[in-house]
Formats: sequence, structure tokens, C-alpha cells
Amino acid sequence: MSAGTFRRGHLAPLALGALAGALLLAGCERPPPEAVQRGYRGTGMVQVYNPRDFAKSVAANPPPPPALPPAVAEGPRASQAFKNVQVLSDLSVGELARVMLSMTQWVAPQAQQCAYCHNLNDMASDELYTKRVARRMLQMVREVNTSWTSHVAQTGVTCYTCHRGQQVPTQAWFTNPGPHQPGGLHATLAGKNVPLPVNGMSSLAYDPLTELLIKPADVKLTGEQALPAGNRHSLKQTYTTYGLMMYMSGALGVNCTYCHNTHSFKEWASSPPTRVKAWYGIRMVRQLNSNYLLPLHDVLPPERLGPTGDVAKVGCATCHKGVYKPVFGAPMLKDFPELGPPRVVAAPPAPAAKPVARTADAAAGAARDTRGR
Amino acid sequence: MSMLSFERRYRVRGGTLVGGDLFDFWIGPFYVGFFGVTTAFCAVTGTLLLIYGAALGPTWNLWQINVAPPDLKYGLGFAPMREGGIWQWVTILATGAFVSWALREVEICRKLGIGIHVPVAFGAAIVAYVTLEVVRPVLMGAWGHGFPYGIYSHLDWVSNVGYQYLHFHYNPAHMIAVSLFFTTTMALGLHSSLILSVSNPPRGEPVRGAEHENTFYRDAVGYSIGALGIHRLGYLISVNAALFSALCIVLSGPFWTKGWPEWWSWWLNIPVWK
Repeated sequence: MSAGTFRRGHLAPLALGALAGALLLAGCERPPPEAVQRGYRGTGMVQVYNPRDFAKSVAANPPPPPALPPAVAEGPRASQAFKNVQVLSDLSVGELARVMLSMTQWVAPQAQQCAYCHNLNDMASDELYTKRVARRMLQMVREVNTSWTSHVAQTGVTCYTCHRGQQVPTQAWFTNPGPHQPGGLHATLAGKNVPLPVNGMSSLAYDPLTELLIKPADVKLTGEQALPAGNRHSLKQTYTTYGLMMYMSGALGVNCTYCHNTHSFKEWASSPPTRVKAWYGIRMVRQLNSNYLLPLHDVLPPERLGPTGDVAKVGCATCHKGVYKPVFGAPMLKDFPELGPPRVVAAPPAPAAKPVARTADAAAGAARDTRGR
Repeated sequence: MSMLSFERRYRVRGGTLVGGDLFDFWIGPFYVGFFGVTTAFCAVTGTLLLIYGAALGPTWNLWQINVAPPDLKYGLGFAPMREGGIWQWVTILATGAFVSWALREVEICRKLGIGIHVPVAFGAAIVAYVTLEVVRPVLMGAWGHGFPYGIYSHLDWVSNVGYQYLHFHYNPAHMIAVSLFFTTTMALGLHSSLILSVSNPPRGEPVRGAEHENTFYRDAVGYSIGALGIHRLGYLISVNAALFSALCIVLSGPFWTKGWPEWWSWWLNIPVWK
């Protein structure tokens, strides 16, 4: 059929088709995307980015403000010069002041500065809840920088990694009680079929974090043999695991192939090394939630608690904020050795962190870590 | 191969698209034509290149032989032969072979004075292949986005590329393509079983015709699409299955970089029920 022979009857379906095509593409993006190859050629292990979205992500994740000049490490310890210094006691007076000043940049509202956590008439007082929370958070930061180099490596973390100038970090999470449902059979959503950003707007579990990011639980559900003999994991658990994977994908702004060769999700040998990092990350988040965040329940005022009265917890997104490395890998600990492992010269000897041998193949329970209580 | 007694009269000269009379002859039962020559050249050269690629690889295991496209860093340029160049030449030759075969079919149609429905239908499959190996890589800026030539390796590619968009079953064009593939097999099953049933009556009884065919489906489902209609339907759904699978993959990457579930946000955000 040549172009000149269209009869009137042909125009309506053509117009409809054009309209449908336009609607389909209206929800889409325009080429070309940016792609990063992360596996052998031809395996399809590629990260695909919309360059305009990526630029937005770069703008939304600025590096921390310039670090204050280093302080003199010599001289009397903070614990000797001040009253009630419990965590940063091994720092010099100058180092403590430097960390405190930096924290006002990282966390405190600009209007309040020191007064956000301190009674300015009695700096040693613990009367403000924010100070008691900040103390626990400092312990958490040192724990991460000391015991979790398997995840944070030498990049380390500071308050800025999560807080980014906000009192409460964005993308902390609360337990999701789920939508209000009528009773009877309708009440059984079974924890799924509610599209939310946390599950990538899919039908997968809508609160995989409560189930998998607090206490030790199986994330890897695949059996060790072809037939399902002996594998007692349920279909519902797979929804939860995949829900967590959707969350991690969104939290890091990556697709499944960042950590998995989907040829076999469970096989470590063909997985990229990033999967090992993520494995430690899951264990780290569980420990931080169980040991550092949940115990703050009685310290926090009710307005800081979630819909079920729970404290805000950390997940991958709390640090990563949609980026494969928080703040695009900007070194955090380099300028703040004060927040690293406690110095051995410190007067009150901190209990030495016992290194625990962790292997990627260890069962989930083996990594349960109760240090820092 | 001997020819059937009535076959010769269909062997008419002319109707060629290019080459005039030069290749207008048969070898045994096969029509040659200019495009027969180009098909043979492309297919043989491409196959030999694949064997060369396999010889460079670590295995002769038929399942595991892999001739992979270049690294993304080569973009849309040529890569060294051992680092994806073979894949590039095989892709060129395969496209040449497929298109030549379709044009050879067109020439045969012209000789016979019939419609070109067969080459057009085959064209849908060629569109799907070219979309995967040429159009999408060009839109994404690198030949490395094509799938590798290997039985297991291309399946692994399919899996990983699907997971690049988190959950490929949420891809609307993929949904339509899968439905069309299944519908195609169902239609073929319904049609083939019906033809077998009317051509296998009880011993001693005549073969049944269209009336019986129509009556069966009218009794069974209230409607019979008819003898010609079933072939129009089969053509429509099978060709569209190929075209929608081409669409579902060309959308993934060039026109959508995120998870497919998220694409449906426009649906969730329709003001009526938002």
C-alpha cells in the first residue's frame, strides 16, 4: 500500500495507534542513557542511568562542608578537663572542641547550635534528650568505624554520612503497620500488594525492613539442591527477600546486577565483590538497629516515634540516599580520626573490640553481634 | 531430490528484484537467485567466524561456547577481532543472511504471483533480531549492549538485562508480547487439532470439511472464526508477538532506565483514585 492510497477508514486506527504510542512513551525517558559495565562483556551486567536523574542525584548529595583545621592531639584528655565526657574521653581538649563544632555543622539546626544538645549554663548536664541520643550516636559512629570496616572500609562514617545537616536523617524508617483494611478475608494482605517506594512500587513485601533489618533472619532462601527437599522457606519469605532487594536497589540507585550475576543469585563465586559488601552491610544495619537505635526508645520524646511507637531505624538508604556509595564515596574518616577507633593512649581503657572472623559463607546467625551493648 | 510431476510448471523465469537472469535458476529443489547467493555467503562466512570464535574460547562444549560483544568502552566503533570484533562481523553477516533470505522469499512470491505475506511475517522476526543487536545498542551508544552468541551465555544475558530493570514482568510491552506468544500457541493448537480431527474420520468414512470444522467450534464456544479467518488471526498474533517483544526490549534502556514496577506510577497517580 503506497502512502497515497489511504482510505478514510484507515485513518482512525492509525490515529489510535499513534495516540497509544505517544501515551506509552509519555511515561518514559529519552535516549541515550549512560551505562557502566560491571562484568565480563556480553553478560548484561551493566548499570544503566538516566544522565539527567544522575545529575540531580549528584546535586542532592554534596560533599560535607570543609573540615575544620586539625586540632592538637597532645595535652590533657577531654575526660580530665571536662566533666561527664563518656565517649570521646580519649580525645585531647582541642580535638573534642573540633568534633563538637563539626557536629553543629552536621546535625544541629543553625539557629540553636550548641544549645540543641547542651544546657549552655551547664555543658556537662544530660538533661536534654538530644544530648543523650547524640552520645549513643557517637558510640555508634565509632563502632562502625572500628568494627565494620568490612562494609565502610577506610572511607568510614561521620554524623554527616546520615544527617547531611538535618537533625533527623532523611530515609530513616519506621515499622509500617500497613493500610487500614476491612476485617475478614480482606484483612489478609499477607504483607504485600501495597506498592510503595520501599518495594520499588511492586507487589512485593511492603515492610521487608522490620522483618530483615533488625534481627538475624534468612535473606538467602535458595535451596542447596535442585529439588526443594528440606528447604522450609515459604513463598511469603521470598516476597520479603525480594522486597528487601527492591529496597536496596532503590537505596543505592543500582539494579540487581550491581551485586548479583542473575545466572545464579545465590552463588558467591559468580557474584561481584559488591555483594560481599552488601552482606556485611545487612549485618551492620541489624547490629546498629538492635544495639544503638532500639534502646533509645525511652530516651526519645513521643513526637520522634513512629506510627507503632517505634524509634526511627537505619537502613541502607539512611546513609546511601540513592547513591551506590554514600556521598559518592567522599572520604569521611580521613579528616576525623577522632571518630575512629578509640586511641590506646586514652586514659580510661576502652574494652578492646574483639575481631570476629566473618566469611561470606557463614550462616546469618553466625554474624549476630552483640558488642557495644 | 526428484521433483513431483506437477512441480515444473511453477518454475517460471523472471520476477527477480536484482541480478536479472544471472542467478535465475534452481539447484535441485532450491531456487538460487541473487539473494540465495548472498544468503549462502553470509551464512557460511558467519558460521565459520563463529567456529573461529569458539576455537579462541576455552571450550568446545556446545552449550558453553560464547562469542561475546565488545566491552562498552568501544562504543559504536569497531573492536579488535578477539575482543568483540568477531561478534560485530557475525552480527553484520547474520543480518545480511536473514534479510537476503526474506528477499529471496519475495522473489519466489513474485514468480508465483502470490502475496508477500511469508517474507513480511519473517520480517517481523528479523525486526526483533535487528532491534536487539543493532537498534538498541545504537540507541544506548555501544555495541556491547547486544546479546552474546552462545546457548547458555545468551540466556544469562537475557536474565541480567531483565534484572537491570528490577522486575521485567512489569514491562507493559513484555506483558503484551508474552500474552501474544501464548495466544499464538493456543491458536495453533486449536487449529492443528481441528484439522487433524476432520482429516481422521472413522475408518471407511469420508474426510470432513469446513461445515464440520465450523460446527465444532460453534457448538463448543459459540463461534467459529472460519478457515481463512484462523490464518489471518494466526498471522496477526504471531507477527505482533515478535513486534511487541522487539518493543519491550527497545524500551528497556533507551527509553526507561529504572525498575519497570516504578513505570506504573502514572497509573497509581491517576487523580480518580490517587
